[in-house]
Amino acid sequence: MSDTDSQVTNAYFRETMLAQQTPPVTETGAIKWLRENLFPTWLNGIMTIVALYAIWFILSHIGPWFLNGIWDAQSLSECREIRDATLGPDASAACFAVISDRWQQLVFGFYPQSAYWRPTLAFFLMLAGLAPVLFGAIPRRWLTASMLTPFVIYFLLWGGSVWVPAFIALGFVVGGLTARVLGRLNQMVALIGTVLIVGLYWAFIAVPLANAVHSILPIGIMAIPSSEFGGFMLSVVIGMAAIILSLPLGIVLALARASDLFLVNKLAIGFIEIIRGVPLIVWLFTASLLLNYFLPPGTNFDLTLRVIIMVTLFSAAYIAEVVRGGLAAVPKGQYEGADSLGLDYWQSMRLIVLPQALKISIPGIVNTFIGLFKDTTLVVFIGLLDPLGLTNSIRASTDWNGIYWELYVFIGLMFFIACYAMGRYSMYLERKLQRENR
Amino acid sequence: MSSISDSPRGSGFHLSQLIYDTRYRSMTIQVVTFLLVVLAIWQLGSNLLANLANLGQEPDFGFLDSRAGYDIGSGFGTSIIGYTSASTHIDAAFVGILNTLLVAFLGIVLATIIGVIAGVLRLSKNWLVSRLMAVYVEAFRNVPLLLWIVLIYAVMTESTPQPRAFRVDEAGIADAYMVFDAIAITNRGVYLPGPIWGPNSGILIAVFIASVIGALVYRRYAKKLLFDTGRLLPMVWPAIVIAFLPVILLFFVLGRPVGLDYPVLGGFNFSGGMQISNPLVALWLALSLYTGAFITEIVRAGILSVSKGQSEASEALGMRANRTMSLIILPQAMRVIIPPLTSQYLNLTKNSSLAIAVGYPDVRATLGGITLNQTGRALECMLLLGLFYLALSLIISFVMNVFNNSMKLQER
Repeated sequence: MSDTDSQVTNAYFRETMLAQQTPPVTETGAIKWLRENLFPTWLNGIMTIVALYAIWFILSHIGPWFLNGIWDAQSLSECREIRDATLGPDASAACFAVISDRWQQLVFGFYPQSAYWRPTLAFFLMLAGLAPVLFGAIPRRWLTASMLTPFVIYFLLWGGSVWVPAFIALGFVVGGLTARVLGRLNQMVALIGTVLIVGLYWAFIAVPLANAVHSILPIGIMAIPSSEFGGFMLSVVIGMAAIILSLPLGIVLALARASDLFLVNKLAIGFIEIIRGVPLIVWLFTASLLLNYFLPPGTNFDLTLRVIIMVTLFSAAYIAEVVRGGLAAVPKGQYEGADSLGLDYWQSMRLIVLPQALKISIPGIVNTFIGLFKDTTLVVFIGLLDPLGLTNSIRASTDWNGIYWELYVFIGLMFFIACYAMGRYSMYLERKLQRENR
Repeated sequence: MSSISDSPRGSGFHLSQLIYDTRYRSMTIQVVTFLLVVLAIWQLGSNLLANLANLGQEPDFGFLDSRAGYDIGSGFGTSIIGYTSASTHIDAAFVGILNTLLVAFLGIVLATIIGVIAGVLRLSKNWLVSRLMAVYVEAFRNVPLLLWIVLIYAVMTESTPQPRAFRVDEAGIADAYMVFDAIAITNRGVYLPGPIWGPNSGILIAVFIASVIGALVYRRYAKKLLFDTGRLLPMVWPAIVIAFLPVILLFFVLGRPVGLDYPVLGGFNFSGGMQISNPLVALWLALSLYTGAFITEIVRAGILSVSKGQSEASEALGMRANRTMSLIILPQAMRVIIPPLTSQYLNLTKNSSLAIAVGYPDVRATLGGITLNQTGRALECMLLLGLFYLALSLIISFVMNVFNNSMKLQER
């Protein structure tokens, strides 16, 4: 024992701590980050180099073209003259002048220039109307105002008599009153009665009444036919109208598909599968070529409206499938719990099942909306002038003959902003509604 | 719901029971729905007949047998059907159908490859690579497909050299060169070497098919051996050898029956080889890149859905990384991946109808385009077109459902 003790006392050991040293260069700061994130293994290092080359390749081609962009010119040939004078004939330079020259056309189509304030105002009204729906921080009572905005926007864009949208909006008041009166009798009677009375009101009473009132008290602005709508305005009009209309329709279809009622279930399946099995472009051609065949002889209504109806039905079928997934994901105990509380079908759906199912389906619903908004570009094939259709008419002028990339980049960027914002919003909503980990 | 509130049986039937009694109410709802639907269909149908009578047109499919009288650019469908302008409308429709199937098939294959690679790279620990893939996904998902199609088509027609740019001048210099001396990308299309089938090439193809089947049988045997006895045979290399070695040997034994026909510049254009038209290339690339972006996210979500414990457990068992991936993670991820993948395949097939933007002669362009305009038979053409797409969608769903069932977890 003493032996070892003496050995320990004889052994050298340090009595003071070493001064703290900075870690090696490879373990700190940028180098450590580079090593861990870009060059952890040989294979990864090669991938990094390939990726860097790809980025350099793309930037070296697009960068100068973009940065040398010429914004102030009257025609493509003038753009080229400016480029030759300032940068030399071999330099690549974008001619963004086409956008500064024609942006009004890309945004409004052939809408009369004197009335540009109307779609502009309508756009901001749309944002204002959407805000209470999208963000919970805004007081709930603003939602009533939101419900009015579609009618105001319709009046602003299409113009004409103020009484037509007013009396159509009145249909909801009529419906609300009917539901309240009949609701005292029986829920189902109320539902059927309300749908019937409101349908009859819209079909036979609203417009003649509006015309009658208009002849007594003419208030209105210049009517503009929807054939003059175009550009991003048209995309937003079709997209928003279809989004607003297809959500309730899609939910009803999903409920029908999940229903126990044999006939209702089979009809919903047939409708959804037929709509989803055929490309939208075929439906759009159907709308433009065939829809008139199915309407009473002599009727002819607006092509834009027909497109909105078709796009709505199309995206409603997709939303129905998304919501069906959500309905299936709600645990069975929730349905049984609602039943055991004595709630009837509509109460249990409205209060228990749908809130949970819709929460689950949010990403799918928003993805459908994004797809719908992107698909509004397809209307170019049936002769409506969406932004892509306008690129053709811009190229058709002698000033801008032969310009491609600048227009495509601009249009792509606008769509990217809108769709990316929608995607981000859905992520925000998902996080907000996540209740498990609060 | 609650059977207590229903009036007891045998107390006579009141009309109010149709609404209040849950036993009869569902019947009432269904009968009302049925009547409404029949009424709507009857209304639409009578409108249709009235309108057609006004136009003096009866629904009639006889036009399909009449002479089409228009040309369809040479390509896959035209050469298989042997279509000329003297063929009938139904032949034109079949040409379109074949072209649609071609672009859908090519698109599905390429989109799957792009999607799987990008999906795995998206999860890479390499910061740069995963960000690059994120940019790819966002760029393609948030911009309309139609824009990508016309953009890529514009690249193919506006930014590629003309065939005469490949002409070599006296100094031995050309404005443009062929890739590997074999592939010419021009504004008139892409020219590739095409195969020449020699006298004995039939035997070669038969042997190749047989050896591929042999490789599959070997894989099956090896798998069975692994599951039954735990003995692990090497799977990849023997399968490749079985599939390719006999063909390569036979190729030389038979004296190279299959040769390659290289495109050669003559006059103002290339001749020989295989030409892929620019509309097809643009449509194919745009569809694949666009759908590939969606598949990327599906693959990523699928791999992330396999819990970390699975890969840790497999490492604890001593499995190597590639075996962990192929035996543990992928089979479980596939179950999450396949259903949304199916709907992406369906979307791609349906989106191939955007061929209209670049003038690719798909079924919408022949049957739903020129035939429709020439004959004025809008109703019949659109009906056939819709039925074709519906049938194609159902077939793809069916095939993918079979595949999905084979991948499903075998529960006891």
